[in-house]
Amino acid sequence: MSKFNKDKEKSTPQVSTASLPDIVFMLLFFFMVSTVMREVDLKVKMEQPEASEIKKLENKNLVNYIYIGSPTEAKKYGTSPRIQLNDAFATVKDVQPYIETKRSEVNEEEIPLLTTSLKVDGDTEMRIVTDVKQELREAQALKISYSTREKVVK
Amino acid sequence: MAGKKAPPEINASSMADIAFLLLVFFLVTTTMDTDLGLSRLLPPPLPDEIEEPPDIKQRNVFEVLVNSNDQVMVEGDVMQISELTEATKEFVKNPNNDLDLPEKELRTVDFFGNVEVSKQVISLQNDNGTSYNMYIQVQNELARAYNELRNELSMEKFGKTYDYYLETGDKPKVKAIRKIYPQRISEAEPKNVGGVE
Repeated sequence: MSKFNKDKEKSTPQVSTASLPDIVFMLLFFFMVSTVMREVDLKVKMEQPEASEIKKLENKNLVNYIYIGSPTEAKKYGTSPRIQLNDAFATVKDVQPYIETKRSEVNEEEIPLLTTSLKVDGDTEMRIVTDVKQELREAQALKISYSTREKVVK
Repeated sequence: MAGKKAPPEINASSMADIAFLLLVFFLVTTTMDTDLGLSRLLPPPLPDEIEEPPDIKQRNVFEVLVNSNDQVMVEGDVMQISELTEATKEFVKNPNNDLDLPEKELRTVDFFGNVEVSKQVISLQNDNGTSYNMYIQVQNELARAYNELRNELSMEKFGKTYDYYLETGDKPKVKAIRKIYPQRISEAEPKNVGGVE
């Protein structure tokens, strides 16, 4: 029996941590590549409603965003719902020019694929949403998506 | 040369710390939000000379009204939002060929042969004062009714759900199912009814 117990006295070797930076760097690159930095600073309150019959919006560069909600800085801008395009507040009149500029930024053959994502706060009244929808119709931007959160199925 | 020493090795043990720091930064700033939403197609703008709208029989129209107090009225009766899906399914399917529910016509569809397709249209009208929350819920319930009908039909015919064919991209089957249960939600211009102002 003693034959097998010869080396028992040896201490366990230390785990080498030399590969730790490599592992961390791998993770780092993964996150760097997959990160999408938020393009705009939200100036309006955004609590989207929940829905269950939803689809993912594919191809993010072909999506235009329109934000609608009451301003977060209520003291400065009041509480009535406002439209936000890019980084600034806008009026209903600005929707058509906005769509036009977005169209000029993509290839011509991709224009029919452009989708407008309406990110609207749940407490907003439909009045302003309907106005925006009418403008979108006029601008021939007919593909829209009502942005929602996913409802957790009970 | 006596004075020349080998250059000291750079201590790389802090590399992991630096990398961790960067990693944490990216972890915190990452928003992997995929944009989810209900997709809809708006009708094209109306031409200047207004044509007569196509004549649709009253029995083929499922009228859904939402007022400024977020109450739902369906075909003249107040209804809870939780009942909307079932009512819509009943309307679209018309299982007993009820005379008040939509007409059906025979159409030839791939895989199914000759089937009766109902001529249903859902008319959704909301008030200017309706909250967006409610509007989305109604839209969601209507979409759910269609999806459930399509799933049931697909299960019956092919043994797999409609969602499964959507995900796997089986276009002919998706198309056939859509032909039997086409999603027709028409939105009327909003009215100012039942609201203050």
